Amino acid sequence: MNDAQSHPARDRILADYAQVAPLLPGARTPWVIRTRGMALDQFAQAGFPSTRDEEWKYTSVAAIEKRSFTAMRKRADYRGFETEIATHLFADLASHRLVFVDGCHAPALSTVGRLPFGVTVGTLGDALERTPEALEPYLTQARHQTIFGSLNTAFVSDGAYVHLERGAALEEPIHVLFVATTPNAAIHPRNLIVAQAGAQVTVIEHYVGRDGAEYFTNAVTQIFTANGATVEHCKLQQEAPQGFHIGAIHATQSRDSRFVSHSMAFGAALARNDITTTFDAVGCTTALNGLYLVGGRQHVDHHTRIDHCQPNGTSREYYRGVLDGRSRGVFNGKVIVHPGAQHTDAQQLNHNLLLSEGSEIDTKPQLEIYADDVKCTHGATIGQLDDAQIFYLRSRGVEEATARALLTYAFAQDVIDRIPVAPVRARLAQLLLSRLPQGHRIRELA
Amino acid sequence: MHALLEVRSLEVRVEDKPILSGLNLTVNAGEVHAIMGPNGSGKSTLAQVLAGRESFVVTGGEVRYQGRDLLAMAPEERAREGIFLAFQYPVEIPGVSNVYLLKSALNSVRKHQGLAELDAVEFLALVRQKMKLMQMPDDLLYRAVNEGFSGGEKKRNEILQMAMLEPKLAILDETDSGLDIDALQVVANGINALRRADRAMILVTHYQRLLDYVVPDHVHVLAHGRIVKSGGKELALELEQRGYAWIETEAGGGTAPARGAVTQ
Repeated sequence: MNDAQSHPARDRILADYAQVAPLLPGARTPWVIRTRGMALDQFAQAGFPSTRDEEWKYTSVAAIEKRSFTAMRKRADYRGFETEIATHLFADLASHRLVFVDGCHAPALSTVGRLPFGVTVGTLGDALERTPEALEPYLTQARHQTIFGSLNTAFVSDGAYVHLERGAALEEPIHVLFVATTPNAAIHPRNLIVAQAGAQVTVIEHYVGRDGAEYFTNAVTQIFTANGATVEHCKLQQEAPQGFHIGAIHATQSRDSRFVSHSMAFGAALARNDITTTFDAVGCTTALNGLYLVGGRQHVDHHTRIDHCQPNGTSREYYRGVLDGRSRGVFNGKVIVHPGAQHTDAQQLNHNLLLSEGSEIDTKPQLEIYADDVKCTHGATIGQLDDAQIFYLRSRGVEEATARALLTYAFAQDVIDRIPVAPVRARLAQLLLSRLPQGHRIRELA
Repeated sequence: MHALLEVRSLEVRVEDKPILSGLNLTVNAGEVHAIMGPNGSGKSTLAQVLAGRESFVVTGGEVRYQGRDLLAMAPEERAREGIFLAFQYPVEIPGVSNVYLLKSALNSVRKHQGLAELDAVEFLALVRQKMKLMQMPDDLLYRAVNEGFSGGEKKRNEILQMAMLEPKLAILDETDSGLDIDALQVVANGINALRRADRAMILVTHYQRLLDYVVPDHVHVLAHGRIVKSGGKELALELEQRGYAWIETEAGGGTAPARGAVTQ
């Protein structure tokens, strides 16, 4: 396995690590060094996954392996980026904003407003330097971590750190914006969201990139919801057309907690999301919603996994995909009801709309049920626009192309409508319309 | 002067099965025609073909509308030129609100006719007035098109659209089916309110019931893919009493090439 000749990509990454390691946050904290080292070893052992690996059967990462992406160093200053990020900001969500440029925190572009007692909104880089002991129980946890997750652990430089004490609630959503600007950058963001008992928070994790730049985002977000806590997480993946995006979201839920995930995948040449949540106690609720909208030769893959480890858990999964051109989509939804997880109520739906002959979707529900008193359903559909609906609209004077755009819009909007943050819904609706032929004609819908 | 609609020797197939075989029909402005006939006689096919449904293949004959070749026009073009089909089974369109569809339909028709588009205030005033006529609650306006509507609400919604679009030729396909007597009266009142000297209507119906409320000028019986008998409104009453069998027998006599098409 460790034959240097046969693994140039791996060796390049190990060499890159040796260069960058002393500059990474927490470089003087033993457990951080140890955790990074172990993660790097895991990567060195396993290397990049191949399509022979069941979990990567439909998604080849050879294109990432082939390129020599390099870890980014912190810049001296972040002036000049204001215009670049302006179009990605939300005017109505200005209170708490963390901006990361090529994975490094840009204080000049960020703003954190007045926070209620018990709420911390900061960066992981700072926290690793100042209060590493607070992070240890979370960052050392590697449940469901993929090999890309290991790579992230080794290289992690920065990301959002959100912590809410018992009962604390932050009303305004936190906008975390990652901007990729440098060709050949390897960016490894790590976000950590911890909601103690009864706490509530909404986080918008947003990825954008400079058009024309080929880069690699390898992000991990860890979410911990203690008893009765609620975390609403919305990921907007709008990477540049040449960007590569590998992302993971891992939630760990305690008693009666609620975790809601919205994964909106619009960008990147290749995107993969691994989203997992684990019910470690009774009465947990989760909703995993997703929308992928791709065209050209884009490839987008969602692998989700819900572990019902304890009784009385409820999960709702709702993914929709719109595929055009020669794009390819993958949806794999795993639901595991562990022994003893009685009265589990799990529903999974994945609907796909293929707009072109050349587009393709591989969808696979995967239910593993080891308890007998449970309610689990799943359904997947792949189809084209409905002829009867198109004819109905045309018979009312709506042009065919507009009718098609309208029905496609309505199909996708059904997922967007589930996002509880109005400015995000509005932005996504506009984005959706801009991607549809004749979209301008139905703009007043948004 | 052309007839508004002139159907000559129309032949239509669905998946190689002949449905209409030499149908003739002339409709002038201001007239109300009822087309009756047993199930499977091709009534709904005729309605859909006139509106431009592409799953039906026209294999012969011609249709002229205001002197133009109707069959060469796209469905949306027909709508803009004043043809309206009230569907037998109105289609549910999740995610598209009724108000949006009404507005874009009305404005596309108006634009085509060289009229100014209505602004939001004018539009709402108009639609509220028409909804009152159809006794429809306001909330139906903001719900998705036909989604979760009762059978009666769907049919009223069709007549509402017709009232908004003010067509020159309205084709009502089994608009009375599935309606209770109260809903039937509301729908019939809506239709009657739209009768005008410059507007023609084709009522496709299996039963005579609707014709008690909307009295036709002409009644035609469709069987074996052709119109086999035409008459005045009294023909509908006769059909109600005697059923369709006698006409099918009368019309049989080897003249109908498409007898196999008559199925229940």
